[in-house]
Amino acid sequence: METPTETLKELSRLKIEEGAIGVNALEMRSYELNALIRDLVKKGFKGLNLYNVYGQRYIGAGLSGDITFKVYGTPGNDLGIFMNGPNMYVYGNVGDGCGNTMNDGLIAVYGHAGDIVGYSMRGGKIFIRDDVGYRAGIHMKGYRTAPTLVIGGCAGDFIGEYMAGGIILLLGLDESRRHETRFIGTGMHGGVIYVRGKITHLGKGAKMMDIDENDLRVICELVKQFCDLFNFNSSKIIKQEFTKIVPVSHRPYGRLYT
Amino acid sequence: MKTYLPPEYIVKRDVKLCNKCKVCIQQCTYGVHYYDEKEDCMLSRDENCVNCQRCVFFCPKHAIIIRKNLVSYRKNHHWTSEVITAVKKQAETGRAILTGMGCDKPNLTYWDKLLLNASQVTNPSIDPLREPIEIRTYLGKKSKQVELALTGEVVLKTELTPQLCLEIPVMFAAISYGAVNLNVQEALARAAVECGTYFNCGEGGLHPNLYRYGDHLIVQVASGRFGVHPEYLNIGAAIEIKIGQGAKPGIGGHLPGEKVGKEIAEMRMIPVGTDALSPAPHHDIYSIEDLKQLVYALKEATGYAKPVAVKIAAVHNTAAIASGIARSGADIIVIDGVLGATGAAPKVIRDNVGIPIEFALASVDERLRNEGIRNEVSIVASGSIRSSADVVKAIALGADAVYIGTAALVAMGCTVCQRCYTGKCPWGIATTDPEISKRLNPEEASRRLINLLNAWGIEIKEMLGGMGINSIESLRGNREQLRGIGLSESELRILNIKPAGR
Amino acid sequence: MRPLSQVNNPYKDDKNIDACALFGMINIEGTRFPFKDPLKAISNMRERGNGLGAGFAVYGIYPDHKELYAFHVMYLNRQAKRRVEKSLEEEFRVVLSEELPTKEAKVSNPPLTWRYFVEPNTSKVNEEKITEDDYVMKNVMRINVSERGKALIFSSGKNMGVFKGVGYPEDIAEYFCLEEYEGYMWICHSRYPTNTPGWWGGAHPFSLLDWTVAHNGELSSYGANRRFLEAYGYKCTMQTDTEVLTYAFDLLVRKHKIPLELVPKILTPPFWDEIDQMQQKQKQLLTALRQTYSGLLMNGPFSLIVARQGQMIGLPDRMKLRPLTAGMGGSFLYLSSEEAAIRVVQPTLDKVWNLTGGEIVVGMVKAPAFVRLQLATMR
Repeated sequence: METPTETLKELSRLKIEEGAIGVNALEMRSYELNALIRDLVKKGFKGLNLYNVYGQRYIGAGLSGDITFKVYGTPGNDLGIFMNGPNMYVYGNVGDGCGNTMNDGLIAVYGHAGDIVGYSMRGGKIFIRDDVGYRAGIHMKGYRTAPTLVIGGCAGDFIGEYMAGGIILLLGLDESRRHETRFIGTGMHGGVIYVRGKITHLGKGAKMMDIDENDLRVICELVKQFCDLFNFNSSKIIKQEFTKIVPVSHRPYGRLYT
Repeated sequence: MKTYLPPEYIVKRDVKLCNKCKVCIQQCTYGVHYYDEKEDCMLSRDENCVNCQRCVFFCPKHAIIIRKNLVSYRKNHHWTSEVITAVKKQAETGRAILTGMGCDKPNLTYWDKLLLNASQVTNPSIDPLREPIEIRTYLGKKSKQVELALTGEVVLKTELTPQLCLEIPVMFAAISYGAVNLNVQEALARAAVECGTYFNCGEGGLHPNLYRYGDHLIVQVASGRFGVHPEYLNIGAAIEIKIGQGAKPGIGGHLPGEKVGKEIAEMRMIPVGTDALSPAPHHDIYSIEDLKQLVYALKEATGYAKPVAVKIAAVHNTAAIASGIARSGADIIVIDGVLGATGAAPKVIRDNVGIPIEFALASVDERLRNEGIRNEVSIVASGSIRSSADVVKAIALGADAVYIGTAALVAMGCTVCQRCYTGKCPWGIATTDPEISKRLNPEEASRRLINLLNAWGIEIKEMLGGMGINSIESLRGNREQLRGIGLSESELRILNIKPAGR
Repeated sequence: MRPLSQVNNPYKDDKNIDACALFGMINIEGTRFPFKDPLKAISNMRERGNGLGAGFAVYGIYPDHKELYAFHVMYLNRQAKRRVEKSLEEEFRVVLSEELPTKEAKVSNPPLTWRYFVEPNTSKVNEEKITEDDYVMKNVMRINVSERGKALIFSSGKNMGVFKGVGYPEDIAEYFCLEEYEGYMWICHSRYPTNTPGWWGGAHPFSLLDWTVAHNGELSSYGANRRFLEAYGYKCTMQTDTEVLTYAFDLLVRKHKIPLELVPKILTPPFWDEIDQMQQKQKQLLTALRQTYSGLLMNGPFSLIVARQGQMIGLPDRMKLRPLTAGMGGSFLYLSSEEAAIRVVQPTLDKVWNLTGGEIVVGMVKAPAFVRLQLATMR
C-alpha cells in the first residue's frame, strides 16, 4: 500500500482511521468524490469511510473486489450501480436506483430507500432496514447466484415487476401498517417474492402459493442476516405468516404473437 | 379450425431436371421439401415455405423456383391480399402478428429522392484514384473551442475527449447474440477490425470469444440490462444506451424462452428457458435528467475513458429529444429511422410507428446547429442505409457516420425474407441452432463484409471527388450538394434542400 | 434570414461563384504609399477579371481618426440613408459624416457612398457586456440585413477603408479618387463573377471590422463551413465564400485566440496520415484543432489574401488548386495571383516563390523578419 502522507498533505479531506481511510465528502461534486474513491481503491485501501455525504451519486459504481464502504449521510442516486463485490453500509437514507444492475456484493441501508432498488441486479444482496419506494427489485435476474433484496419496512407499488430471478423478502416490520403495495410481481417470469403478512393486490402474471419447508429455511436465513445487521429480534419476526409469490409462467409472452 | 390461409408461396419443381438428390430437404429448415418413397418423387409442403431462396441457390440442377402464390381475390387497392391474409390470420390465432427485418411499405425511402452534385468548370473534380481523399471520421464530443497556452511554445490546454476513429464512416449496427449466432457476430467483428470501424454487440451480452475484438466494439446497455457488468462495460471502445429502435419505437422486446439455451442464458445472465424481456422503457429513465444520470453512471463506471452513445428511434419530435440528449452528456446520438430492421417486432408497430430517417436527421442537425451545440455530439444515422450513395446523402444531410444492419446481413447471405423471429434462418444468420449456425462460416462472411465496405469506400471517394471535396468533414451538413426530386415544398423545407434544377 | 441574398444572389443559387485576380502589398516599415503600384499590378491581370467588380482595401488610410471606426456605406436611395443615419446616431457617436469623394469614371449606376467616423455608444456596450468589436459587428450585420441591399456598410474597420464597385480596377480607382489616399498596405481584387450580375455591394474585397478577405476560387465545403459558423452565431447573409472565410478568421483569431500560424492547420489541415506520423504533442494539438474545427476545413480550389491591421496573410488551398505567388523586395511583401503583376511594380525582388498547398505567408509591420511557416516546419 502506498503511504498516504502525500495525499494527506494535498487533501485535508483524508484521515487514516482504524483499518480504513476516512473521506470528508463535504461539498464534493459526484465526479470528484468518485474519482477520489477510484484513486484510493487503486492505491490499495480496502476500507473507505465516507462522511458528510450529501447527494453524491454513483458511489461505488462498477467497483470490484473486497472493499468495505461505510457511508455516513444521504447518498444520491445509483449508489452501487454496476457494483461487483464490495460491501457498502449506509448510515442514512438512500436515493433512487440503489444497487442498479449490481453484480455482486452487499448493500445495507440503515434507513429507507427510493425507487427501483436493485433494478436488474443479478447477484449480491441488498438489505434495506425501512421502506422502499416504487418498483423495488424490478427486473431482478437469477444468474449463477440468486440476487437477494430484503426490505424491513413496506414497499411502493410494482415490487418485483418483470422479475426474472432472485429473491425478494418484504418484511413489513412496522406492525401498525399494512402492506398497501399494489401490482406485486407484475409481469414476473422468474424468481420468488416472500411477503410477511397479508397482501391483496397481485400484478398480472404473478400468483400466490403457500410456503414450504425449503422456503422457510431461506426466509429464516435471510431474516437472521437482516437482524444481525440491524439489531432486530429474529424469532419474533419469523413467528408471523409468510406468503410466497411466484410467476404464473416463465414464458409470459409465449402466446402473444403469431 | 380449418385454416382459410392459402400458402404464401408455391414451390415449382422441374421434375425433368430434379434428380432427387435431396439437397433441398437438407437445406430447408422449415420442412418444405420431402421425399415420397411410394411414388419415388420429391414433393413440397408449400404452406411452410417462407421464400428464403436457400433451396433455389443450393439445388445443383437449378430445378426449383419459388413463386408468390397469387390468390385471385377480387382486385382491390384497399383490401389487398396482404390485408386479407393478416385479418384471417388474426381471426384464426387471436395473436399479434410478428415479423422480422424492416418495414417494407412503399414511399418511405427518401434517399432515392435526393440527388448529388458534381463539379463542372468552376471547381475541379478530384480523381480519387490518384489524389488523396480522406474519409476518416472521429465520433465523440468536440470542444466548442480549442484553448492554447501561448507563452513561448504553443501548448494544448483543451483536453481531448474520447473519440471513436472510423476509417470509413460506416459501422455495423447493434445485432445481439440470440437474435443471431456467434458466427455472425464474429464475422462482423473481424470485418470491423479489418476496415477500421466498429461493430455493436447489441443487448444480448458479449461472448468471451469476442472480447479480443474489444477495441472495435460498441457495447450496448438496453432496458433489460442483459449481460451488463463492469468487465463488459470496460471491454468495448464505446457504450451505447439503447432507448429505442426504428423498427419498434416505444416498445420493448423479448427473446422467446425457447431460444434461451445455456449459452444465451449465460451471456444475458438470466435463467435458462425464461423469456428474456427488455422492458419498453429503462426503469431508471423516466425523464431527460434521468438519461443524464445513466450517461454519467456509465462514465463513472468506466473512468470517463469512453464515449457514450444514446440510440433513439426517429419519432415525431426527435429534434427536441436530440437536443436534450446532446445536453445530457452523451457523446454520440444514434437516430434509427422507420425503415430500421429488427429480429422480431409486431408488424403493426414496425410498419406504422416512427418517421423516415432523412427527415429526422435533417431536423436534428438543424436544431443542434441553431442551438449552437452541434459540436457537442456526433450524429449517427441508422435504419435504411443500403448503399454508398445513401451514406453520402446522410452525411450531406448532417450525419457524422452511419450504421448498417440489414446491408451487412445481406452481404452475408440474408435474402430479407422477414422470418428472423422463427430462429430457423436457413442461411445460418438469424438462428442460434448450433447445426444451422454452422452454415455461416465467419471467415468467408467477414470477407464479404470487408469487400462490401471496401467497395463503398471507393464509391464514397468517387462521389466526394466529383464534388471537389477531398475530406469528408467538408461534406457534413453540406446540403448545397443535395437536390430533391419529386418532393413537396414542405418536404424540401424540412430537408432544407432545393429542388433539382434550382 | 437571407435578405441580402435577394440582391447579391438574385437567382437563388447556392452561393456566388467567381474567379478573380488578387494582389496585395504591405510595407513592413509601416510607411504609407500611394495607389500607383497596387493599381498597376492589379491592372496587369486584366484577363482574370471581366469588369463586373473590383475593389481595394487600404490600411493606414485615416491616421487623423485612427481611434474611430470608419464606416463606408452604399445607399441606393435617400430614404435608406436617413434610416441608416438614424440608426447610427442611436448606437454610435458620429464624429464626422461626409460623402466619399468621387469623380466621373467608366462605371455604371454607382450608388451614393458616404463615410462616417464613429465610436460605439459606451453605455450600450457596457450594458450588453460585449467587446466594442462585437458591438460594432452586431450593428453592422443588423443594419446590412435589415436594409436588404438598399444600404450596405461595406467597410467598418479603424484606420482602413474599402473602395469597391462594378467596373475594372482602373475605373473603380478613378471613380473613388484613390490618388487622394495613402496606406501602408493595399489589398486589390478584380472579379470574374460566374453566376451573378454586377452589383456594387457584391464586389470584393469583403470586409468586416478590421478584417479584409480577397479570394479567388470556390469552396466546395461552403455548405459545411456556413452551417458550422452559423452554430457560432454568424449570419451568412451574402452567400459568398469570402464571407465565410472572413467569419472563419474572425472566429479563430479574434474570438478563439488561435495564433495566425496555426490557422492553416484548421482551414487547410495536414492529412490524417500525416498527423498520425507526428510526435505525440504535435499530434494531439493538430488532432484537437482538426476535430474541433472540422467544419472550417476549406475544401476545393481557392487562394486568399487576408488582411488586418499590420498584417497581410496569404494562403492557398491544401491541394494547391489556385495560384498564389509571394515576393519580397525592399521593405515590401507582395502577394499576387501572378508573379508578373509583382514584377511589373518591382522588377528586382530579393525573393519570389509560389506558395505550396496549405502554406501560410504572413507579412507584419515592424516584425523582425517576415514570418514564414510551412507545413514542413510544423512536422
